[in-house]
Amino acid sequence: MNSIEVTHLTKQFKNVVAVNDISFQIKQGEIVGFLGPNGAGKTTTMHMLLGIITPTSGDIHILGKDFAKHRGEILSQMNFSSAYIQFMSQLTIWENLFVFAKLYHVQNPKKKIAELLDMMEISDMKNKLFSKLSSGQKTRVVLAKTLLNDPRILLLDEPTASLDPDIADKVRTILRHIHKERGMTILYTSHNMAEIEELCERVIFLHKGTIIHQGTPQELMKIIPHYAIEIVLENHSNAMETFKKSFNEKNIKELSPGHFVITTEHTQLTSALHVIMASGLTIKDIDIHKPDLEDVFIKFSREEKQS
Amino acid sequence: MKLHRIWAVILHYLYTQKRSIPRTMDIFYWPTLNILLWGFLSMFLQKTQQGSTSSIIAIILGALMLWMLFNRAQQDISIHFLEDVWNRNLLNLFVSPLTATEYIFSFIILSVFKVVIVGGVMTGLSLLLYHFNIFSIGIALVPFILNLLFFGWTIGLLIMTLIMRWGTDAQILAFSFAFLLQPFSAVFYPVAVLPKTLQLISYAFPSTYVFEGMRSVIATGEFSQGLMIQAFGANILYVGLAVIVFQHVFKKVLDQGLLTKLE
Repeated sequence: MNSIEVTHLTKQFKNVVAVNDISFQIKQGEIVGFLGPNGAGKTTTMHMLLGIITPTSGDIHILGKDFAKHRGEILSQMNFSSAYIQFMSQLTIWENLFVFAKLYHVQNPKKKIAELLDMMEISDMKNKLFSKLSSGQKTRVVLAKTLLNDPRILLLDEPTASLDPDIADKVRTILRHIHKERGMTILYTSHNMAEIEELCERVIFLHKGTIIHQGTPQELMKIIPHYAIEIVLENHSNAMETFKKSFNEKNIKELSPGHFVITTEHTQLTSALHVIMASGLTIKDIDIHKPDLEDVFIKFSREEKQS
Repeated sequence: MKLHRIWAVILHYLYTQKRSIPRTMDIFYWPTLNILLWGFLSMFLQKTQQGSTSSIIAIILGALMLWMLFNRAQQDISIHFLEDVWNRNLLNLFVSPLTATEYIFSFIILSVFKVVIVGGVMTGLSLLLYHFNIFSIGIALVPFILNLLFFGWTIGLLIMTLIMRWGTDAQILAFSFAFLLQPFSAVFYPVAVLPKTLQLISYAFPSTYVFEGMRSVIATGEFSQGLMIQAFGANILYVGLAVIVFQHVFKKVLDQGLLTKLE
């Protein structure tokens, strides 16, 4: 069953088409990453799914219901978090969460808040004012709020932006844990490609308001068939000449004297390594770079810019 | 409308209120200061003009108290909304099932709480210091207060609408708009003292009929039903207009994605 079904969704602000006739489905329990450069339409799409921006045209069905007709019912089963929203600064963590527990009509709110504070490891600071918290602590409070109503769908807009790597990792661990435990559908945007690769089962790539690719991170990474072999040589005289005999010149880059990068198709990787090892050159260091989502992201962004 | 959602919004302001000295001062400080200032001025005027002007204290303090209630009602809508904008909490609220009607209705309930407290403070002080009891106006006080509250909420809603549409550049209106209405509402003097053109403007506001009516009750003991009917009529018109304008602008705000840009 699809949790989210978007059909021919378009949003136009005056002369700017922010989202241009996109259609996608997200299955129940799926974690989908929304990728794209700034201005691609990711946040606008999310805001339309939340009803805070009205689409110019198209349909949004969430949990099998038309969003335009069942806003309240649908929103009571969803929740949203963004790095860019806050809570009332002069309320404590507990008070902020209690207000939202009431808003979402949570049964036994005190117990629920206590559970979530424990999960987020912030129970000891429940009486601290929101304004006195660090960014990482604030993010955990916002995440606790998103789980108050046991949502079936979570929309997370760059939830780890502005967090240090350690806290970001903690947040991802919590997200994996709650997803595993509750099987909720998650739509996730981030500029951190490694994060998307780690968390998401499927990625939708947006550019200038249009979906240009979608698939699993592995499928997307196959779009870039090249591996890069990075070699640092002990003695580099004649190295370039030696490599030119076996590789196409445009695939060889000398970054600095004795420091080369040779690109090869993934099917040719083993034979390329054989050639390098048999070349008689003394290798000081060697590294193989597989393409990752970041490479795919850069490739798509550049291609679209050129087009 | 769901009561639990209205209560949630009320609760978040009550929590803010209990910890905020400026907000508490807002309830006690200004009413007290105004009662002291205008009360002593009234006593002075009364002493200098003894005889036929025995109701000066009642006219000035009565007008001041009713004006403060109107001002409170207007600010309770627009400033509570601004607090959510300043705290970047608005999105949290509007991505929940909360509706705009529930949100505004919770402000109105909060406003009633505050009006009761502010009214209580002012009534107590004026009784204590000047032996003036606002309740001496009698049952007429009910339509006077109701009209001013409705007009205050209407103006508050219009200011909130302007802030939603034009952002926090319009926030100054939340603090100053009531003062713009004050000279035209004939709060402390009869409409007759205004130039003819201003009198026409003056009669466009429900508040004018209330203050004229109040002076009539204090001076002659007569309650003018005609004035109150006009006040209620003007209020119905303004409430209707404010609701239509709000609905239209809110639709535009969602259409242009302005809710996400307010800060």
